[in-house]
Amino acid sequence: MSDITKLSLVDTVNNIKNKSISCEEVTSAYIKRINKSKKLNCYIESDFEQAINKAKSLDNKSDKNKKLFGAPIAVKDLFCTKNLQTTASSKILKGFKPQYESTVTSKLWDQDAILLGKLNCDEFAMGSSNETSFYGNVINPYRNKNDLVPGGSSGGCSSAVAANLTVSTVGTDTGGSIRQPASFTGIVGLKPTYGRCSRWGIVAFASSLDQAGPMTKNVKDASLMLEVISGYDQKDSTSSKKNSENFLNNLSKNIKGTKIGIPKEYVVEGMSKEIQKLWDKGIEICKSLGCEIINVSLPHTKYALPTYYIIAPAEASSNLARYDGVRYGFRSKGNDLIEMYENTRGEGFGREVKRRILIGTYVLSSGYYDAYYLKAQKVRSMIKKDFDDVYKEVDAILTPTAPSSAFAIGEKTSDPISMYLNDVFTVPTNLAGLPGISIPAGYDQNNLPLGLQVIGRHFDEQKILDISYALEDEIKFKASIEDWWINE
Amino acid sequence: MNNKFNYYLKGKKGEYEVVIGLEVHAQILSEAKLFSPSATKFGQEPNSQVSLVDAAMPGMLPVINKFCVEQAIKTGLGLNAKINNFSIFDRKNYFYADLPQGYQISQYKNPIVGEGKVILDMPYGTKEIGIERLHLEQDAGKSLHDQDPNNSFVDLNRSGIALMEIVSKPDLSSPEEVSVYIKKLRSIMRYLNTCDGNMEEGSLRADVNVSVRKKGSKDFGTRCEIKNMNSIKFIQQAIDFEAYRQIELIEDGKAVNQETRLFDNKKQETRSMRSKEDAHDYRYFPDPDLLPLKLDSDFIENIKKKLPELPDQKKQRLINEFKLSSYEAGVIISDKETSAYYENVAKNSDYKLASNWLTVELFAVLNKQNKNISDSPVSSINLAKLINLIKNNTISGKIAKTVFEEMVKTDGDPEKIVIDRGLKQQSDPKELEKIISKILENNGDKVKQYKSGKEKLFGFFVGQAMKETEGKGNPNLINDILKKMLK
Repeated sequence: MSDITKLSLVDTVNNIKNKSISCEEVTSAYIKRINKSKKLNCYIESDFEQAINKAKSLDNKSDKNKKLFGAPIAVKDLFCTKNLQTTASSKILKGFKPQYESTVTSKLWDQDAILLGKLNCDEFAMGSSNETSFYGNVINPYRNKNDLVPGGSSGGCSSAVAANLTVSTVGTDTGGSIRQPASFTGIVGLKPTYGRCSRWGIVAFASSLDQAGPMTKNVKDASLMLEVISGYDQKDSTSSKKNSENFLNNLSKNIKGTKIGIPKEYVVEGMSKEIQKLWDKGIEICKSLGCEIINVSLPHTKYALPTYYIIAPAEASSNLARYDGVRYGFRSKGNDLIEMYENTRGEGFGREVKRRILIGTYVLSSGYYDAYYLKAQKVRSMIKKDFDDVYKEVDAILTPTAPSSAFAIGEKTSDPISMYLNDVFTVPTNLAGLPGISIPAGYDQNNLPLGLQVIGRHFDEQKILDISYALEDEIKFKASIEDWWINE
Repeated sequence: MNNKFNYYLKGKKGEYEVVIGLEVHAQILSEAKLFSPSATKFGQEPNSQVSLVDAAMPGMLPVINKFCVEQAIKTGLGLNAKINNFSIFDRKNYFYADLPQGYQISQYKNPIVGEGKVILDMPYGTKEIGIERLHLEQDAGKSLHDQDPNNSFVDLNRSGIALMEIVSKPDLSSPEEVSVYIKKLRSIMRYLNTCDGNMEEGSLRADVNVSVRKKGSKDFGTRCEIKNMNSIKFIQQAIDFEAYRQIELIEDGKAVNQETRLFDNKKQETRSMRSKEDAHDYRYFPDPDLLPLKLDSDFIENIKKKLPELPDQKKQRLINEFKLSSYEAGVIISDKETSAYYENVAKNSDYKLASNWLTVELFAVLNKQNKNISDSPVSSINLAKLINLIKNNTISGKIAKTVFEEMVKTDGDPEKIVIDRGLKQQSDPKELEKIISKILENNGDKVKQYKSGKEKLFGFFVGQAMKETEGKGNPNLINDILKKMLK
């Protein structure tokens, strides 16, 4: 079979289970393609020998019932993987090999998935273009004249799924880091409800916002991945006691009678007509499927970005204090402890990470705490309340995922604010802890993919998966990627 | 407040009061750390009790240890304090090599325990010391600077161990009160089994806030904080030094700077560590990895029901039940093991004699041998037997002391010692009469002198009788017989 890597996760696993292909064939096909795709810079660490060995041993296993049997999967480098270097794409964690496996990734391997390697991302997941990685840019497989960003921070993930370098993956989403890159690369990305998946073993960016989630070729794959990685973990005090659900089996295209909210505040200045057109198309499809469309208001939406850019850096400034050169990772020299700290952190962190540590340190400082952090927390609770109020009327909310399609590398790096604006539609759901999914919905005039976002109630992932599944079926999005980067 | 005694310090220009507040850090007695399952034993191989969480590996998350929460609640109840149903864990951010996370998880604005009080028994009466709060926090690791000429080492065994920080109001007014206060806290926590109070091992440490003011003034002076003290003696010395240092500054017309100081016990002085201007900005904020701690009232009630008898309650009971004086009861209850020892002796013998023998004779021995009551050379059962021998006139109090000396050496059974060494009291009146009449016969001249008014000679006859009986004669009987025969 020549198109092994084009198969979806569900089809791949089914094909292995019904013995039309072997685990080893699948894994080898991916490894071959990965080796020819270095130009995209998706992989920053791999262990192909281990992957082949595991594939062989699975082929000899009589019990092939596990949900991800034989699926070769690479994960974002934010997940700690036992004995495999984990850096969060930062120099400061260079050489760090965890002696433990994150809860989310161990759930993948428990279901007989095969670890291929680690995927590039923005340094400590701070970025919207994957340009802040110590390991350099990831290239979006959709090519325009210039090299395009794959979105971020899970840019290695989005690019790898779109380019068929992993059958699906898990990313993390703090302010849109799964959904925006999914939108930029024409794939599906789901940020679950905060607390749905354990954060244990994931390099922390902003603890009250971080959430792991699937990035896949289609909605069915996302449903399967979510049911594998979700569930209570006693090692994470903020994880929900809710059990995982059979999202895949329960998936239904029948969304007749579903009430879908269209928030007027998501029409933002400077948003292209194409995005509005795409959104309108989504609304029309929903109507045609028997949904009730209701115009709603989320009045505090405009405060979401500034609120996010106070809370996330504040938490990050504290979460990243542990990277001090004392116990693991990169250490620079110094004549005393303070100098060693300064040199280690000065050389070990990139510009964007330093910028956010500075912002976070500032907003928590005595004298500024009330005006920034405390105020931001209050606004956050108002943003949550906006959603609570709207969910009295509607079952889900439909919006664009991002205000633009993928942009060129270097286009926004000199203007951090315009970069931050990319998260304008995704950040509110993180602040409110809600689930949100991005599905590919069409192309812009440059033939670049655009995504639509469906936001649900707390722990109502099934509903947004159903809506996405129905939309996907109507939209019939086709990836138009030519393998231009393949180096034979 | 019942403050009959005042401690005044003399300056050149007048008298001053000293105002002291304490922040006591008490290590919680618990098998596991506050947010990780690592062991907490003292004196283990460096870095042998460190989990991934304690070492702050990437992606590790804290999970609250329920037992430590119970211990804090128990202690709060022991301090007659309000237990807060809602409290929050905050991060206190600062960099140090032995602080792996780069922050300490503590409680800032919403502690688990609110205001309470502790009663001190002072020689001049009781004094109430207000408790401001008690909060939970993690301990840091330890930096070792003396292991290598070029490097410092870090031991993370202590990293993450649960501490209770108990903050007093500035109600203490002398080094003596501070000593009694710390001992009282320790005693309460030992009764509750929430902290072993071992200052040498660092399970009890204190930051001491000291300021001075003119005698009678109601305003507070500027305070200095003396950090990380782990000996009551040194705390007392440091307070005196610091108070006089501040008085001198004030009298010289200089300002006392609010600052953190360290006590050098060799030089007997405090030295500036950092001033208010250089104080850390800890950037406290609620730890997003932990949910607020919500306690339902039943949970607290259940702990309350299981609370053991506390020192103040025990004292009142000893006064009521055993008719001890307030002072005696106070001495006995100050230590949990001592009071248990006392109750064992008292229940099996005589409670008044038990108090005397324990607090005078046994305490002297323990002091001399530098031992705790738990290592007492004389068991409570044997001491009770000894007291019973006195009570039933088998031996005199004086002989009892000889027996006691023997017991200290061997922890022997006093009944056996009395028999083996023939120390049984001679209480047969006929025998004693015989001996005494012989003494009187042999000392006719002295009898004459006595009868002619030299009554002091009575003691001489008693002495002779004791000598004849080798000290075993029943002194009361000898007295009676002598009085009768010398009439």
